Amino acid sequence: MWKMLQLPLVVTAQVDLLLVLVSLLAFWTRLSHLSYPNAVVFDEVYYGQFVSLYMKRVFFIDDSGPPLGHMILAFGAYLGGFDGNFVWNRIGAEYPTTVNVWSLRLLPALCGALCVPLVYLLTLELKFSHLSALGAAVLLLLENSLIVQSRFMLLESVLIFFVLLAFFSYLRFHNAPSSSWSRYIWLILSGVSCGAVVGVKYMGLFSYLLLLVVASLHTWKLIGDKTISHRNVCVQCVHRVLCLVVVPVLLYVFWFYVHLSFLNRSGPHDQLMSSAFQASLQGGLSRITRGQPLEVAYGSQVTLRSSVSQPIPCWLHSHKVNYPIRYDNGRGSSHQQQVTCYPFKDVNNWWIIKDPGRQQLVVDTPPRPVRHGDVIQLVHGMTSRFLNSHDVAAPMSPHTQEVSGYIDFNVSMPAQNLWRVDISNREAESEVWKTILSEVRLVHVNTSAVLKLSGVPLPDWGFRQLEVVADKLFKAHSSSLEWTVEEHRYGTSQEQKEREAELHSPTHIDVDRKISFWAKFVELQWKMLTVKQEESEHKYSSSPLEWITMETNIAYWLHSSTNAQIHLIGNPVSWGVGNLSLLAYQLLAVVYLLRRRRGLKDVPDGVWDQFVCLGCVCVGGWLVNFVPFLLMDKTLFLYHYLPALCYLYLLSPALLEHAHTHLLRYAHQLQHSLTHQRALCVGALAVLLSIFLTYRTFCPLTYGSPELSAHQLQGLKWRDTWDILYRRR
Amino acid sequence: MAKAECTPKWNTLALRNRKTCPTPEKSFQTTFTPVSKDKNSQTAGLLAGGDTQSSNGPSGQFVARGSIESPSKVLLMLVAGLSFSTRLYKLTEPPHVCWDETHFGKMGSYYINRTFFFDVHPPLGKMLIGLAGYMSGYNGTFPFIKPGDKYENQNYWGMRGFCAVLGSFLPIFAYLIVLELSNSCTAAIIAATLLIFDTGCITISQYILLDPILMFFIMAAVLSMVKFNQQRYRSFTASWWFWLVLTGINLAGALGVKFVGLFVIVLVGLNTIGDLWRLLGDMSLSLVDIAKHFLARAFALILLPLILYVTIFAVHFVVLNKSGPGDGFFSSAFQSRLIGNNLHNASMPEYLAFGSTVTIKNLRIAGGYLHSHWHLYPEGVGARQQQVTAYLHKDYNNLWVVHRQQDNNSQSGNPDLVRHGDIVRLEHKETTRNLHSHLHEAPLTKKHFQVTGYGINGTGDANDLWQMEVCGGRKGDPVKVLRSKVRFLHRATGCVLYSSGKTLPKWGWEQIEVTCSPYLKETPSSQWNIEDHINPKLPNISLSVLKPNFLEILLESHIVMFRGNSGLKPKDNEMNSKPWHWPINYQGLRFSGVNATEYRVYLLGNPVVWWINLASLGLYFTMVAVASIATQRGFSLGQQRIEHSLVLVRGGGLLMLGWLLHYAPFFTMGRILYFHHYFPAMLFSSMLTGLTLDILFRSADLLLHPPYSYWFQRTGQLLLLFSILYSFYLFHPLSYGMTGPLAHEPGSAMAGLKWMDSWEF
Repeated sequence: MWKMLQLPLVVTAQVDLLLVLVSLLAFWTRLSHLSYPNAVVFDEVYYGQFVSLYMKRVFFIDDSGPPLGHMILAFGAYLGGFDGNFVWNRIGAEYPTTVNVWSLRLLPALCGALCVPLVYLLTLELKFSHLSALGAAVLLLLENSLIVQSRFMLLESVLIFFVLLAFFSYLRFHNAPSSSWSRYIWLILSGVSCGAVVGVKYMGLFSYLLLLVVASLHTWKLIGDKTISHRNVCVQCVHRVLCLVVVPVLLYVFWFYVHLSFLNRSGPHDQLMSSAFQASLQGGLSRITRGQPLEVAYGSQVTLRSSVSQPIPCWLHSHKVNYPIRYDNGRGSSHQQQVTCYPFKDVNNWWIIKDPGRQQLVVDTPPRPVRHGDVIQLVHGMTSRFLNSHDVAAPMSPHTQEVSGYIDFNVSMPAQNLWRVDISNREAESEVWKTILSEVRLVHVNTSAVLKLSGVPLPDWGFRQLEVVADKLFKAHSSSLEWTVEEHRYGTSQEQKEREAELHSPTHIDVDRKISFWAKFVELQWKMLTVKQEESEHKYSSSPLEWITMETNIAYWLHSSTNAQIHLIGNPVSWGVGNLSLLAYQLLAVVYLLRRRRGLKDVPDGVWDQFVCLGCVCVGGWLVNFVPFLLMDKTLFLYHYLPALCYLYLLSPALLEHAHTHLLRYAHQLQHSLTHQRALCVGALAVLLSIFLTYRTFCPLTYGSPELSAHQLQGLKWRDTWDILYRRR
Repeated sequence: MAKAECTPKWNTLALRNRKTCPTPEKSFQTTFTPVSKDKNSQTAGLLAGGDTQSSNGPSGQFVARGSIESPSKVLLMLVAGLSFSTRLYKLTEPPHVCWDETHFGKMGSYYINRTFFFDVHPPLGKMLIGLAGYMSGYNGTFPFIKPGDKYENQNYWGMRGFCAVLGSFLPIFAYLIVLELSNSCTAAIIAATLLIFDTGCITISQYILLDPILMFFIMAAVLSMVKFNQQRYRSFTASWWFWLVLTGINLAGALGVKFVGLFVIVLVGLNTIGDLWRLLGDMSLSLVDIAKHFLARAFALILLPLILYVTIFAVHFVVLNKSGPGDGFFSSAFQSRLIGNNLHNASMPEYLAFGSTVTIKNLRIAGGYLHSHWHLYPEGVGARQQQVTAYLHKDYNNLWVVHRQQDNNSQSGNPDLVRHGDIVRLEHKETTRNLHSHLHEAPLTKKHFQVTGYGINGTGDANDLWQMEVCGGRKGDPVKVLRSKVRFLHRATGCVLYSSGKTLPKWGWEQIEVTCSPYLKETPSSQWNIEDHINPKLPNISLSVLKPNFLEILLESHIVMFRGNSGLKPKDNEMNSKPWHWPINYQGLRFSGVNATEYRVYLLGNPVVWWINLASLGLYFTMVAVASIATQRGFSLGQQRIEHSLVLVRGGGLLMLGWLLHYAPFFTMGRILYFHHYFPAMLFSSMLTGLTLDILFRSADLLLHPPYSYWFQRTGQLLLLFSILYSFYLFHPLSYGMTGPLAHEPGSAMAGLKWMDSWEF
């Protein structure tokens, strides 16, 4: 836009007043009265807890998405001076005056507002007119659901913003003349936005893939262009791969880097992570394990934590209670001492590693380390029973062997208490068993079964602790077979009494364990993808097919005493327009395709390319943002549809323009062309007007004010399936 | 571009062909060998045509093709011989029930006994098994209770033999398909060898399972589709119709065995769409011609399979006319046609009255009976009161007694009829709790209210009252048993009794959730009918209204099947195979035996074969990428190279699509998955390997000069053959059974062959 710089110093600037106007309106609709209502609205209660944890730099794990989205929200909170001291426990709770609500909601609202000018620019880059661009911007501007979703501390508007930015900058790059170097700035911007898109929500991945498909189609054409030299083609391809693949991947990792370097304190989700990971966090495990001896030796006192954190993390445990002689179903047991897995720290979690050939339970000087392949015995610290397994069916998983603390009842059931140490993440064959770092399998020497956490809770006789078994049929990589030493010290007391006192005393000393960023990244990413939260239906959850016709809504907030309320309800007229244009485009595309195949070219090739590009971006965008939801069995909400909706709003005016300039031109030959075109314009205006009116009608439910009477609310219930709340007075 | 060159030539040839063809046309209806004879004469005709015209590119190609015909027949015989001998060897070992034979053998027996049963798969496969058993003298008396049961002197070889014979056709079909797609005997023989010597394919063919039957139909469909594609320039001739109709028949067969058959239908569908697209672009055809083409395909590939598929079900229902273990899954209307069922020729009072004992059935297809039992909702799920569910089986816990608002004991004399708008209280007969609802959210459908059993001996509270409405009725209308659709409106909250169709978790015994819906729209989910009706004070009349028509039965059985399929969720503590395990041959399935003393058969692909397949997939992508970039950039390629890349893109593309269609959908499936689900995809992958490796060997001259490149090609082929044969020699005990110590001990037959820790032999 900046044209030239000359003497005398003259600056010529072109300003698109329409663009400025819609931007201003967008800011006004998204940002006005942002701090009302001064209460927790819907999913703010979910994101808020993570914002607080960021402020306190406490580690957490959230499987709903990568960390960038949370970080953006946290950044807004940081700007407003939020200190993280607010309990996000229920929707509708009032914010105290110390919380700057405006700044919490500012960044999503800004992103939401910027979507409107972006859509305007994107339509221009798709090579449609300013009028179409204005149409798309207005559709977005007056969409109640997008306004609601932007005005609170939620992530959809951020996602949509980055998606639009990625497409806009890519098309800007593509449309720029190939000689200009500045276009590579746009390409880089596109790559950066792609990194952000994937960093905000996993759903963004599909939009990113779509962009890659579009880009590779363009590149394919470039490869086929024989006027360009081989070298040039190679260079261009490398540029694209660098900007659109390498940059987003690096950025994605970078978000995690920032996330992990910020959150360095232990917190509520520690237990899900491996011991090594936990030890890298301040407080928590690292405080306990600081300065423990690294190498496990004969005579070491250890707690053994199961590597699997399903259903809950727990430690190998035993206590002075025996298995019942007969279970409820009539099967018999060995009646020896119970061995379980216990999810709390307890003195009964301590075990002592004993050399089978020697009697002593203290560590020699110098300590003799236990190595991979060594055979050991495990003695329970408090009861001195040996960890034992035998050919008796386990209480809850009868296909596996029972594990017990051995008691000799003189019933010809000899002790089988030898276990071979099998370090599964070893690097050398004679590796030493290391605290926290080594993942160890304990292989029962007599039966070659492996000590395993079955994860089934025992009945009342086992105090609902988790069952531990020995299983023969081991799969190669099941973490339920692996155990790590978490707390560890060298035993010094030979006498049982002394030892008990020793076990009761806390562990101490001091060193920090470090694991590399990559190890942490991989572990965190894996946990995020595999941690399963319980699937349950929510009062406002819905199925994807209901979204198309907007059969459902979500009540976001209800005033604690009046009928003022905020709902996620879209603008039904725009919604209908979007669906209609989707159908129309597909129909038109089929007709065009069939006729072109028969050699009838309805539109010139340039226009056809434009039409195809529109379809790729808009219909493709709708598909990739909608179809995956059909295959997911997650709890889904209406707001998941909003990214897909934006593509439809991009499509509608462009399609209208196409119809106006190309379809109706055929009517030229049939005289009435002008009347048709005029009718179309009038129709479009009428639709715009009704969109505006519906927007006004639903405004009270969008902004939460003014308060409506029960009767008026009844009037707004345009569909039977909508849930609108009335207060009975 | 080759196509454009060809078209006119083909047109002139058509006449010539018509003259020379009559002899084969008579014979190719019967078996497969005459088919290749037909092709012989066809190519012979082409050769003649080529000679008379000119000897440029395309006809040179046909010369090459003609020269491979004679060895190909010998090779085909060889493939057939090897394939049959590997599959039929040690067929009757082990003489006990292996793995899923316990299901499919049992179901085969049901057909012989004409007993009704339920299964999640369509019936064709089991019908064929039953038929094979019947023909071979099996009398259907063996109970097939659990794997490991000895067959003693039952004639089980017939059923196994039938499956093995069908399984033996797979390498033959693979050979023919690849030959057709690539015109290269070498490619075809590689594909066939991979399949013949794959331990997995052998094992899965040797037992009474649906998979060999399914794969037979899949491969037959693909073969006939490929053959049909070859007939593209001889539209509407007899052979054209023959292959088209045969494709349709095989599609129906594939779908009739398992729903996995849908994937091959999609493959054929996509291929047909591509074919029609090509025809549409052919400007020499008029629109009428294209419409004819379209209609012919619609008839043979949509209508015909549909008719056949429905016929299979018709046979199924006609054959199975005795009551059996599958009754409970179906509606009472359905059950009334089974001999021996209590609803067969039943009679009961016509109008519902107070004091009657009834069962109440949801109107949604396979919706279940209103049910309750002595179990409470667990803590945290609404109020801790007695569960009310919908249950698919007939059970005394489905019985409810209809009471007036107040009274508890039925009065003397003629009982009053229940009429539209009456307030009723439904008491569960077994537990004497009342049907109750309140403002707690339902366990699964959180938008609805919870329904419970409440009170004792009929005394409850105001939340136990329901208003009974006959749909479309007016005040005072009586409620007809079986014929009226009724709704139960909860008095206190205004919601309507609703069956959501969602399966409750373990605490609810995996029965179906019942809720009270505040949305009052009339849907089958909120409509119920009175089914069993017992009232000794009213006269019974005979009811013949129950007979459902065939389409209803068909629809109902499909809904029950789909529900059954999606209900096969992986259980806790059970090994669950993941789709990504499969191509890398990560873990097999135990068909028989665990311990050292038992006769063990382990379903596992020949690792060499499978890993070659895996590598070829990557190789294929690389080769296609290189070839298409070269074309796109406009490098000038030799005639041979262009042919290769065409085979890669067209033939290879078809096989790749087949592989993807038979593999990728499993990633989205929520049901429990097993290793053997990969086998159809593995067939496509092996064929692709044959095609890819052949072209790779032949492209050796890109790097080496002629004599060396030829040597390279031969060495590569020999090496491949040798490694497949040797690995088969090593791993054959997996299929043909082994006893003795497990693999980790030195004395075992498989010692040292446990290359992956996850293999369990």
